[in-house]
Amino acid sequence: MKLLALQQSYLNRRSNSFRSSGPLDSYSDSAIKSPAAIFWIVLHGLSCLISLVLGFRFSRLVFLLLSTSSTNFYTSPFHSSSELSKTLDLHSVLPTNPVGNIPVPALNNTATNSRVVVGRHGIRIRPWPHPNPVEVMKAHNIIERVQMEQRSQFGVKDPRKIIVVTPTYVRTFQALHLTGVMHSLMLVPYDLVWIVVEAAGISNETASLIAKSGLKTIHVGFNQRMPNSWEERHKLESEMRLRALRIVREKKLDGIVMFADDSNMHSMELFDEIQNVKWFGAVSVGILANSADTNEMADQKKGEEENPPMPVQGPACNVSNMLAGWHTFNTSPFAGKSAVYIDDRAIVLPRMLEWSGFVLNSRLLWKDGDKPDWIKDIDTLDGNIENPLGLIKDPSVVEPLGSCGRQVLLWWLRVEARADSKFPPRWIIDPPLEITVPSKRTLWPDTPPELPANEKPVIGIQEPTVKHTRRTRTSRSKRPSKRKHDEARADRHTEIVSVNARNEMSFDGTAASTIGKSDCSAGLREGENSPAESKIQYTGSRGGAEKNSSEWERSLDRIGFPSKDKLSKRC
Amino acid sequence: MGKWLQAFLFIAFASSIAAERNPRTERISGSAGDVLEDDPVGRLKVYVYELPSKYNKKILQKDPRCLSHMFAAEIYMHRFLLSSPVRTLNPEEADWFYTPIYATCDLTPTGLPLPFKSPRMVRSAIQLISSSWPYWNRTEGADHFFVVPHDFGPCFHYQEEKAIKRGILPILQRATLVQTFGQRNHVCLKDGSITIPPYAPPQKMQARKIPLNTPRSIFVYFRGLFYDVNNDPEGGYYARGARAAVWENFKNNPLFDISTEHPTTYYEDMQRAVFCLCPLGWAPWSPRLVEAVVFGCIPVIIADDIVLPFADAIPWEEIGVFVAEEDVHKLDTILTSIPPEVILRKQRLLANPSMKRAMLFPQPALPGDAFHQILNGLARKLPHQKSIYLKPGEKILNWTAGPVGDLKPW
Repeated sequence: MKLLALQQSYLNRRSNSFRSSGPLDSYSDSAIKSPAAIFWIVLHGLSCLISLVLGFRFSRLVFLLLSTSSTNFYTSPFHSSSELSKTLDLHSVLPTNPVGNIPVPALNNTATNSRVVVGRHGIRIRPWPHPNPVEVMKAHNIIERVQMEQRSQFGVKDPRKIIVVTPTYVRTFQALHLTGVMHSLMLVPYDLVWIVVEAAGISNETASLIAKSGLKTIHVGFNQRMPNSWEERHKLESEMRLRALRIVREKKLDGIVMFADDSNMHSMELFDEIQNVKWFGAVSVGILANSADTNEMADQKKGEEENPPMPVQGPACNVSNMLAGWHTFNTSPFAGKSAVYIDDRAIVLPRMLEWSGFVLNSRLLWKDGDKPDWIKDIDTLDGNIENPLGLIKDPSVVEPLGSCGRQVLLWWLRVEARADSKFPPRWIIDPPLEITVPSKRTLWPDTPPELPANEKPVIGIQEPTVKHTRRTRTSRSKRPSKRKHDEARADRHTEIVSVNARNEMSFDGTAASTIGKSDCSAGLREGENSPAESKIQYTGSRGGAEKNSSEWERSLDRIGFPSKDKLSKRC
Repeated sequence: MGKWLQAFLFIAFASSIAAERNPRTERISGSAGDVLEDDPVGRLKVYVYELPSKYNKKILQKDPRCLSHMFAAEIYMHRFLLSSPVRTLNPEEADWFYTPIYATCDLTPTGLPLPFKSPRMVRSAIQLISSSWPYWNRTEGADHFFVVPHDFGPCFHYQEEKAIKRGILPILQRATLVQTFGQRNHVCLKDGSITIPPYAPPQKMQARKIPLNTPRSIFVYFRGLFYDVNNDPEGGYYARGARAAVWENFKNNPLFDISTEHPTTYYEDMQRAVFCLCPLGWAPWSPRLVEAVVFGCIPVIIADDIVLPFADAIPWEEIGVFVAEEDVHKLDTILTSIPPEVILRKQRLLANPSMKRAMLFPQPALPGDAFHQILNGLARKLPHQKSIYLKPGEKILNWTAGPVGDLKPW
């Protein structure tokens, strides 16, 4: 760069354009004659040729090499050129750029005594231009402190404790849902008490999960198991919540009670908004009612032209922002098609008004103290209530929150795994799996050889399997057509599956029970027929080889499973 | 006696309650005390010359874009003075004289002002006022002020080298200049000039305010060019290499939200940031400073020797962070090592509404806004010294100095 710079400066001065500065012209004549000048001219020509060949400005590369050898910085050419000027006895002029921004010789600024120099400067890049982790942590601390200050100035004044009520039970997706809720609660900047009511008693899984949160928790067991049908589930959950409310009353917890179902999603603004409640408030809940088979939904919607927006449950206000009514979920389009049992592949519907859309001041639940007269005493409730509106006598006292229900602050969603899906206790696989089971879709290059003992029954069931797979093709239209592969592999999969079944014994001794459940549900899935030929699904390979019950019995006996009679009774 | 004691205790108690528990803002005391809230009315009188409309109105009619670009302060100052109580119609009692010339209104198609005709325009205006009124000649402009908000102010050029070569217009050598450009020891900043902020549209900024409880989650924010590929493709000239250094050092740093994009949420993002970079460009000043102050984001000023607006009234050292251009590569270390209490104090100073008002040019004018700060600055220079009044026949200014092109009539 500096070499080219000097060359260009010579050329500029000789051309005597208006760009060159006056006092330097006198130097140009004497400069041409000196051998050093000729040397620089030759070097300049050489660099130009090299640049032509390379296709980019060669001078940058030279400059880079020169500078990396010295300090690893791109130093300002001001200093380097001043050195050269001493050797050449000339003012050095920095190169002009295409627009014609004349470089004023750096020494010309002496008139103003400024430290700031006009002209080209180097771009300083430090040797390791990446973030330093210590500094990143410091920056995060600064940001946190700033946000804390913001909250204390503009946020809620005198925030109250939040009492979160969550009914739960041990199942496959429990860890998924509960972790989500837990993380949301850990981010809440206010004091928190988390009351977790668990069906079928306190379990170690749940306890270990919520202990990880570091929050103040009250873990209570409830003495009934979660039933299979959605109706009964909702009833049981309401009872569990009432149990939690009784705890609030016994312990005289002071704060705001909110209901966080473990499958819901909460936004952080929700916790800020519920601080505004005085006695009894309602927020809008977005309903993400899902259907496992979206093809069905698409067929349904063919008739309708517009896309229905996400349904929202919550308070409805009139023009003067007073509570005028309620938005509830319209179940009529889904009548008859909704899921009844846990693993139905139909859509799972919410209730008319979900518990999670309500918040109440915990003082309403206390036995004594000043509370308004429209609240019923919990102990006087006979039976179950469907939603917290059952606790109040006059529904008009409900305060609509979230700018009168216009903000959706949480979303309701009910996603559960299949009832026969197995998960290892505490989500730890010990001892680790020794065999890998291919799923239905992958084409293993090498499959385990057929075990000789199974040959006979394999041939025997060839036809029935064909029948079965054809049956399933109609109901599962979504599946890619790999039926032929499936049939060919059906025999192979039986061996694999039996090995699989053997391994699955190590997970929990109740493999039979889950298989039993799937037996019932599998039958019901096929259009609610009684299981004439029981098709039993193997876990780990969904839609895997279906076997005849007789064959299954035989394999079960081999691994010492209970007989089929017992299986059927487990539904 | 008991009654007095009771009254005293009550007053003490009441005043302690009245003191805020959580101070949101802090009073800004500049070098001269709490001057941002001074009221200039009654402290000075300004006479506005009546120039033919070819110097102001006709220019504006030709290009109404001049009302919204960052040099619009000259137009709004004229309008403010016409209807302000400090205006006097009697030039004998005036302390200051204002010449309304819109010198920065000759715009290119893309909206950038061309300064080539401005020296001639100013010269012809001053010839007019010196021949029609006696007030110029009696002091040779020492009690006149001009608003020159262009890139390098009264040097009337956008390229720094050329501006330095030209220097301040010779006939303005004695006048007070109100300009946006400010750099210490620079030819284009005269002693006694008043630095003002560039014009930023107040309504546009007010319309984009977000709730104050939105947490500030961006550490450092900047949107703008790092390399001016049209004029300086290799870098090193533009911003004296400082912007390029910021990019090269911090493009991989997640704490630095910097890019060249033009987001639609620019104003909203600034309100979610703790620090906003205000590096120099081709000139050291930029509207980013105004935006940062209005949105409560601490300005990080990277411009050596810069003189910030109303520097004698606003303690910029306590409000912003100054980083030398040679320290840009250590910017993250510098910013993270600022103690949180200092950062909170700076935010409190920025939250002071008088601070935000002082940076803006609202229409109609509000008390404490930039117009009033300019008048305060002029008032602080009063009373004029006796030495500015020339004896009859005495001449100091050289009317024929400067490049030949400037001497042509306009």
